[in-house]
Amino acid sequence: MEKPIIQTEDLRFSYPSAEGVTPVVLDGVDLAIEPGSFVAVLGHNGSGKSTLAKHFNAILLPVGGKVYVDGVDTTDEARLLDVRRTVGMVFQNPDNQIVANVVEEDVAFAPENLGVPPEEIRQRVDQALEIVDMSQYATHAPHLLSGGQKQRVAIAGVIAMRPRCIVMDEPTAMLDPVGRREVIETVKSLNQRYGMTVVLITHHMDEAAQAQRLVVMSEGRVVFDAPPKEVFAHVEEMKAIGLDVPDTVELCWRLREAGCDVPLDCLSDDQCAQALYELLSAHQRA
Amino acid sequence: MKDITLGQFFPGDTVVHRLDPRTKIVFTALYIVALFLAKSYVSYGVVLGVLALCVALSRIKVKVLLRGMRAVIFIVAITALLNLFYTAGAPGEAPLFSWWIFTVYPAGVRAAAFMILRILLLISCTFLLTYTTSPILITDGLERLLSPLKKIKVPVHELAMMMSIALRFIPTLVEETDKIMSAQRARGADFDTGNLARRAKALVPLLVPLFISAFRRADELAIAMECRCYHGGEGRTRLRQLKFAAIDYAAFSWGIALCVIVWALARCGL
Repeated sequence: MEKPIIQTEDLRFSYPSAEGVTPVVLDGVDLAIEPGSFVAVLGHNGSGKSTLAKHFNAILLPVGGKVYVDGVDTTDEARLLDVRRTVGMVFQNPDNQIVANVVEEDVAFAPENLGVPPEEIRQRVDQALEIVDMSQYATHAPHLLSGGQKQRVAIAGVIAMRPRCIVMDEPTAMLDPVGRREVIETVKSLNQRYGMTVVLITHHMDEAAQAQRLVVMSEGRVVFDAPPKEVFAHVEEMKAIGLDVPDTVELCWRLREAGCDVPLDCLSDDQCAQALYELLSAHQRA
Repeated sequence: MKDITLGQFFPGDTVVHRLDPRTKIVFTALYIVALFLAKSYVSYGVVLGVLALCVALSRIKVKVLLRGMRAVIFIVAITALLNLFYTAGAPGEAPLFSWWIFTVYPAGVRAAAFMILRILLLISCTFLLTYTTSPILITDGLERLLSPLKKIKVPVHELAMMMSIALRFIPTLVEETDKIMSAQRARGADFDTGNLARRAKALVPLLVPLFISAFRRADELAIAMECRCYHGGEGRTRLRQLKFAAIDYAAFSWGIALCVIVWALARCGL
């Protein structure tokens, strides 16, 4: 097996507070993210998922345990830039990530910081904008773009850094349905077409269902870590920690409760329809 | 309200627009020097002619330039009046008229006229700079012009970065102000009536949320910048390279020539 791009060992974290009482946010997280994978991290507000994400590129440093990015300990200050350029990060609010008032200038920000020569910056910017399908807006002002477009610019700004892994902290939380779809399509193509490792932090079941691997967090711990199909089959456990399952799984689960024989791993509408069709035809035959 | 920017910029593709921002900044500075050296009709004619030429080349409409003057009419009027009444005439010169404590000499009229012209030209030339150069380019140009000051520990890069981020966030914060105003109006806030004190007080529920949100934005932006490997100006390269063309060197020399000519005219008593 290839060396994991991100690895945490018994990661513990709590925010320092004035009263001296420090609620534990991360309580011993062991995770390894394989290169090229698409991992979703699902959890309720306050489950520690965003805090976990901030450890992946040394924005936060562990209070206990270790985080390794491509083999480098994130507490090693001398290699901070190496860590940051390996793992890029996209946040919730696109407005607060865009630095410049021209799209291409913003995308150029990371390579500029890395001291890339101007000709290569130009190449990287053009390529990054093409990947997120925003080339035609290269010279536009970001504040005139839609939310989804802005978020794609923010993603381009991270891609231009040429990271090996991109961590997205609820990138669709502030977007309308159209913007959400645009961003999720971009994220999927980054992983499938360009082989980039993607870690998607989310609280949307349907987004989480698209990943290869689903990590469910609750109260600072990893509760499930398996392909989405397997995770969502644990309907009762998911409900117990305050999370929902996709509507299709919910439907099948209720049917099962009522005594029908349907599988619990239908994530897409088509799969669910197929399962219902089989159920009905079996019923008819009987 | 969405379109306001600091120092309006009118995009275009004229010689003046294409000049390197550093050239334009230096030329404007030289022009201001020439303006303060000018002392006579002839030299004022020269500086006025140069500005007229620049305006013509930039295809900025004179009307637009004049519209910008409205904001300063008050200051111009006050300065002109002070010059008019407080300039003493040459010994033996008869006053034009005299009433109560006010006495006007021909020299005063001249001084007032020159002062009006000087202020108007001063403002026109700086307006021309911001009308033909995008704020980003001005910031870029200033950063590079001032970069020698880094040697004496002036944080030139940081200042330029702050300025460009401020420019970037003006439309965002304007939009936010609109939103907060609507939200507060929906709760019965009244921003438009009452005396000055009342209106100022009405701004508090607008400014408090605006500031809180601006600080939160700043925090998030700082983290996002760090994630994109920002670590100050050291070792930074730029996508857009500023390059001097032949026309830039020409503009430099014309700027210096202008100062020399006006200075020589003043020396000759003109």
